[in-house]
Amino acid sequence: MASAPVSTQETGSAPPLVSLRGLTKRFGSFTANESIDLDLHPGEVHALLGENGAGKSTLVKTIYGLIQPTSGHMLWNGQETVVRSPEEARALGVGMVFQHFSLFDNLTVAENIALALPRSERLETIPARIAEVAQRYGIVLEPQRRVWTLSAGERQRIEIARCLLQNPKLLILDEPTSVLTPQEAETLFQTLDRLKAEGRAILYISHKLDEVKRLCDRATILRMGKVVATCDPRQESARSLAALMVGAQVKDVQAASNRVFGEPRIVVDQLSMRSPELHGVALKNISLSVSAGEILGIAGIAGNGQAELFAALSGEVVANTPGVIGFNGKAAGLENITQRRQRQAAFVPEERNGHAAAPDFALSENVVLSRHADGSMTRFGLLDFGRARSLAGEIIGAFDVRKAGPDPAARTLSGGNLQKFVVGREILRNPSALVIDQPTWGVDAAAAAAIRQAIVDLAAKGAAVIVISQDLDELFEISDRIAVIHQGELSEARPASVITREEIGLLMAGAALAH
Amino acid sequence: MRIDLVARNGRSRLVEIAAPLVALIAAMAIGGLLVALLGKSPVQAFFVYFVDPLMESWSLQELAVKATPLVIIAVGLCFCFRANLWNIGAEGQFILGGAMGGWIALLTHGGAGGWWILPAMLLTGALAGLAYALIPALLRVWLGVSEILTSLMLVYIAQFFLDYMVRGPWRDPKGFNFPVTVNFADAATLPQLFDGGRMHAGVLIAIVVALVAALVFSRSLFGYEVRLVGAAPRAARFAGFDDRRLTLSVFAISGALAGLAGIVEVSGQIGQLQPSISPGYGFTAIIVAFLGRLSPIGIVVAGLVLALTYIGGESAQVAMKLPFYLTGAFQGILLMCVLAADVFTRYRLSVQFGRAA
Repeated sequence: MASAPVSTQETGSAPPLVSLRGLTKRFGSFTANESIDLDLHPGEVHALLGENGAGKSTLVKTIYGLIQPTSGHMLWNGQETVVRSPEEARALGVGMVFQHFSLFDNLTVAENIALALPRSERLETIPARIAEVAQRYGIVLEPQRRVWTLSAGERQRIEIARCLLQNPKLLILDEPTSVLTPQEAETLFQTLDRLKAEGRAILYISHKLDEVKRLCDRATILRMGKVVATCDPRQESARSLAALMVGAQVKDVQAASNRVFGEPRIVVDQLSMRSPELHGVALKNISLSVSAGEILGIAGIAGNGQAELFAALSGEVVANTPGVIGFNGKAAGLENITQRRQRQAAFVPEERNGHAAAPDFALSENVVLSRHADGSMTRFGLLDFGRARSLAGEIIGAFDVRKAGPDPAARTLSGGNLQKFVVGREILRNPSALVIDQPTWGVDAAAAAAIRQAIVDLAAKGAAVIVISQDLDELFEISDRIAVIHQGELSEARPASVITREEIGLLMAGAALAH
Repeated sequence: MRIDLVARNGRSRLVEIAAPLVALIAAMAIGGLLVALLGKSPVQAFFVYFVDPLMESWSLQELAVKATPLVIIAVGLCFCFRANLWNIGAEGQFILGGAMGGWIALLTHGGAGGWWILPAMLLTGALAGLAYALIPALLRVWLGVSEILTSLMLVYIAQFFLDYMVRGPWRDPKGFNFPVTVNFADAATLPQLFDGGRMHAGVLIAIVVALVAALVFSRSLFGYEVRLVGAAPRAARFAGFDDRRLTLSVFAISGALAGLAGIVEVSGQIGQLQPSISPGYGFTAIIVAFLGRLSPIGIVVAGLVLALTYIGGESAQVAMKLPFYLTGAFQGILLMCVLAADVFTRYRLSVQFGRAA
């Protein structure tokens, strides 16, 4: 996205609105936050940076009264203050927009906003108040629309409007752009600029370094629960910020040289399919072809049919004609996931816990989950746990999976390690086709780099790979071609070297490109 | 004040085994309180219920005989419950299995006999239970009907079917109009294990059923499938397991085992058909399944415990004039305690005191 220079007020001169001093939060023996000092000034956009599990969420939940600190204290306008609940936080002037929306799909925008306001507020007066907020901050909302008809960006605007109606002095936003197109994100940034100009403090949680550089005056970087640096993000490079977050230089993915593509391995021909879910997205006339050695990236905002496309490709939902999906030249539309695995196809779904792996099952038992398809996991009709354990060991060794104990339950692994295990389970099969949904979602930077490298290496060995991802940086890093899914329709795939972020953003928002 | 259930990180093997024991002790304490409220001595009741039946050979045999149907049914139920499917109608499958298996005995009655009669009865009983359990399973798979309601309602149909048959078409013509069938011939009766004892060959069937089920659960792909569907249904679909086929399979297994238990009870213990052939074994087996932590070997132990409450309940009626329904109440209390213990092994109670905003 384009980074426009922003005029900012001088910060630091005014006394801080919020000061955290020595804030520590322990969960049992685990320290989520350790002696955190943080100052937030009026009229400042302050970034909170860190990897997953660095303690960002714990810290903001403490400010918002959802969590009580183990020790340390918070000053509000210089006064020591204890926030016992979100109600108290809101009364103080803290508003928070969560990453996962808390909206009722079947109610209207106005009704959803009314629910968060004091009881004395009349429903009839809300449209007028929404109009007032809309005008002041450029937030466009239709009060009578039902939430389920709205895009993620529009839903987020409801959450923001809901906060602003309470006139907060501090607004906390948790990963606000993760569900937005680049254009929607730009609209959000303009709203935030206006809020800042009014002297409100904004705490902005993100791991997207470009937007932090574009938006924020100061950044506090957390690593493993501690503040490792406070800096002016505009003076830093994205690389140096990343290094501060991770604590080491992140390896770049090594692309294979001399890419030669072979036969088409995954072919989808005019696939249309209704979603089994209520409010799900139907797939409309999707066609694509991925050749041996090639990586096709599929971009899109969450909830535009990615899950449905994955289910259709994997065979978890079976098509009603054979020809719409083919693996390795064979029509596979009517085949179930086991039969498609027997055709050398492999699949990694978005959700690790409960979809790719059973959380309460041991790692060796989770090997059986997808590997039983080729009959290698049974002997004389009984499960061969010896073989499952040795395969688990191979995966753990090859993908550097960190775990406690010899064969622990999947849920005891961190997100990144479980994802490496699940990806490794599929890649070590040497599949000739791989479909992977959000390969590095919620995974630390080092694990993400390892997973991307494994995908690139698999393609270099001649596999056809489809990567479905919301992370454009990731898609540009590893894809040969990129297509965009929007409302269940897939755009034509174009070479990653040709297509621009702006074009992808327009496609994500549903605009057709003129050729 | 805020009360939360917070998930525990891990569960040790010790807790897994201790939880049902703690539940049993808690249920005994509550049961003792009930006895005290009835004006009787809880200590005496404890001995009559749980100790005296273990002191004599005949009552130990009786224990095994009573545990047999409970164990066979509960092993079947644990296939359903592990897969998060709720077959509450084992009682009906038990009755229909007993009735249809017994029908073979009636058809062959007075004939030349033959070795094949018993196996034919057992097979018919199992198939009848299987077919009866498939009704709620098919309704669920085809139409999305809740199997909890349909399986439960089918119990009453089975009860009235048997009641009608023994009062009408199957009644013993020489039975002075009593609503019972003829006494089964020897060829239609499960043999006793010891001369003059109470234990019949059904006890062995229960042990074999539990051992085979334990092997299926721990070592077969099908057992893995059942456990996976219960633990993580989406992962099971990702593993390529068809949930419709699995629903039908586990209902078929639990129905067949309930039907088998029914004909074992009729042929080994009762020896004829009568309006009622079960003191609620199909429902008590639900408690057995949970007390046994849904594992076949645990179910054998739990089946003996629940059988003890039946026998103890009978002697408590005689010796202490305690009402018969106390046994049912105790069984219910036990189930509540087992389920509560299960919650507390997975979660820990957190109570936060603080003023409301």
